[in-house]
Amino acid sequence: MTIVRRWYWAWIGGLIIAALAVWGIVDNQRLFLVTTLNGLTLAALYFLVASGFTLVFGLLRNVNLAHGSLYLLGAYVGWVVGELTGSWFVAVAAGFLFAALMGLVLQVGVFRFMQGDDLRQTMATIGLSIIAADVALWIWGGQIYQFDPPSWITGTTALPLVGKFSTYRLVLLATAVVIGIGLWAFLAYTRVGMMIRAGVDDRGMLSASGVNVQMVFAITFAIGAGLAGFAGVVGGTALSIAPGEDTRYLLASLVVVIVGGMGSVAGAALGAVLIGVAEQFGLAYAPTYGIVFTFVIMALVLAFRPQGILGRRT
Amino acid sequence: MSAAQWRKAMNFSDAGRNWSGGRPVAATPSDARSATRSAPAAQAGVSLGRLWSHIRWRHVIVLAAVLVYPWIASPFFTYQIGAQALALGLIALSLTFLAGYGGMLSLAQMTVAGIAGYIVAILGVSGTPEISLGWPWWLVVILAVAGATLAATFIGWLSVRTEGIYTIMITLAIGMAFFYLAQQNYAIFNGFQGFQKVVPPVVLGIDWRGPVPFYYLALFWALAGYFFVKYLTRAPFGIALQGVRDNARRMRALGFSPVAHRVAAYAVAGAIAGIGGVLLVWYNGLISPGSVGTSWLINILIIAVIGGLRHPVGSFIGAIVFVLLQNFAIDLIDRERFNLVIGLGFLVIVLFSPDGLLGWWDKVKEWALRRTGGRRSAGRSNEWRSVGVPQVRPVGRQ
Repeated sequence: MTIVRRWYWAWIGGLIIAALAVWGIVDNQRLFLVTTLNGLTLAALYFLVASGFTLVFGLLRNVNLAHGSLYLLGAYVGWVVGELTGSWFVAVAAGFLFAALMGLVLQVGVFRFMQGDDLRQTMATIGLSIIAADVALWIWGGQIYQFDPPSWITGTTALPLVGKFSTYRLVLLATAVVIGIGLWAFLAYTRVGMMIRAGVDDRGMLSASGVNVQMVFAITFAIGAGLAGFAGVVGGTALSIAPGEDTRYLLASLVVVIVGGMGSVAGAALGAVLIGVAEQFGLAYAPTYGIVFTFVIMALVLAFRPQGILGRRT
Repeated sequence: MSAAQWRKAMNFSDAGRNWSGGRPVAATPSDARSATRSAPAAQAGVSLGRLWSHIRWRHVIVLAAVLVYPWIASPFFTYQIGAQALALGLIALSLTFLAGYGGMLSLAQMTVAGIAGYIVAILGVSGTPEISLGWPWWLVVILAVAGATLAATFIGWLSVRTEGIYTIMITLAIGMAFFYLAQQNYAIFNGFQGFQKVVPPVVLGIDWRGPVPFYYLALFWALAGYFFVKYLTRAPFGIALQGVRDNARRMRALGFSPVAHRVAAYAVAGAIAGIGGVLLVWYNGLISPGSVGTSWLINILIIAVIGGLRHPVGSFIGAIVFVLLQNFAIDLIDRERFNLVIGLGFLVIVLFSPDGLLGWWDKVKEWALRRTGGRRSAGRSNEWRSVGVPQVRPVGRQ
């Protein structure tokens, strides 16, 4: 009973969405299914970007508005390395490593000196994102870059009911699921993961029990930033890399963590699915009002559950 | 704010409320009519005298300078530098009010201004007659400011549910969402193109598009906004808002509603930003998604922070610096690298002078006073500090 009462809005919303889904399937089955799959692959990308963002926020209370820049820089560096070595997998690794290194430098070189000063940290990340965007424009110009992934993942795969669907997008979906499970296992079972979870709950206590908190912070920031760079190469392969992508993915991570709940990796997954699917359905069914779907979801969550669907009140 | 200052502030607001609440009561008895007639006059005399004692040489000089400015400067400097800085400063002023006095750093102030600009273009006259309705300018301007206020109230209502650092995220997300909506939608916002030829009207035989008339128009509203914010922050509402900023829980215990004060602050800031938005769309002559893009959302923050969030005048100082940099960065460094200059400048300010240029001004003044064996440094710095943003202050400088 309490479940029905406490989640009544979820039931109502679910019923409306289910009714719309039935209408969508009856109306045009293929469009509906392809849009759903597209939405899920976009959600996979959003999850990769937003999980790093939410991890960093949960532990460090640092709203890293340069997260989109890490995505874009990771993508550019990955592209350069990919061109040099000719291997897409090396490019992915390079994107991850470069962004992780940037994150490490930021945490050790800048944010450590402003611990607990949320607003100043956030403004510093804004300044850094402006600089990063301009430097990237300086070096790589305004062109659109495309990756050259191995041929076995560039074709299409025939799926039941849906028909042909880009293999790469399926690989992306699978990658995000693997990364998500890996992240969960890392947080749940490893020693560092336990330290990070303890730090999310109570930083002072973690520090008092003899853990080198600065080390944990640096590791978290590196992983979070690295995930953004990883997503940059992976997402840049699915779409393309161009100036302006940084703000797009920053907006995506912001909305995903606002909807899902700050500091919760599961919340980031849920938020990413909601936003990714809503965005694709918006594009397919109401092209010029697509962003309104995203916005309405965010406004509803803020109105009825300000801490996010899976967030905890701090 | 220290406890003693608090008590003083609260007494001040109490006195203010008793005064305004007590007047109608005193006016009802007929035998006290003569007394009531003289009371407001005496009050006015006192407040005029108090106002007079607050006016210093620097106020007179600044006022004279901004009034004389268009007569000595070229039309380029009057319009491109002067009027633009005033319009941008007005929008930044709304952020200074919200952040400095309300403790809410909203990045959606440019969105609010942009909504006002879009309303002017859609309801008024523009180069896209298929969409623009061509209503009279006075109605359009009133509706634009009202619409901006409503939008700001809605944004505030959404974002005050969470506190602190969430505000910046939520307002940034709302602002970016509006940008993408304006860019995608052709039926209302005319998509990527936006609206061109949105010009100020010809009223009283004056073409308000001319550099000098437009400068004075912008100056009038900038001064009005500045003095309104100055007044409001000393009025009971402003004092209560600063109380909510410093300790919301305590204010709730005292019987104030923090949520209502915050939403009202958003509404006030929305009206100011709306006026700034109307001026800005007239200045540019066009509005497009680029005018409300992420870079402009952040530019407003940069303007406010460069000047300093502690005082309303900071937003105008920041706007002047920003506009000068924007126009003359081409001489210092490649034009393409303007963002790099502004980003580095912003970062330096954030890292080394959280109080902006006003903070540097204070430091210089303190240093000079120490050199000359200063007299009133303690009192003045206290006055400054009562209107600070707690988070932007460096740790250990209480």
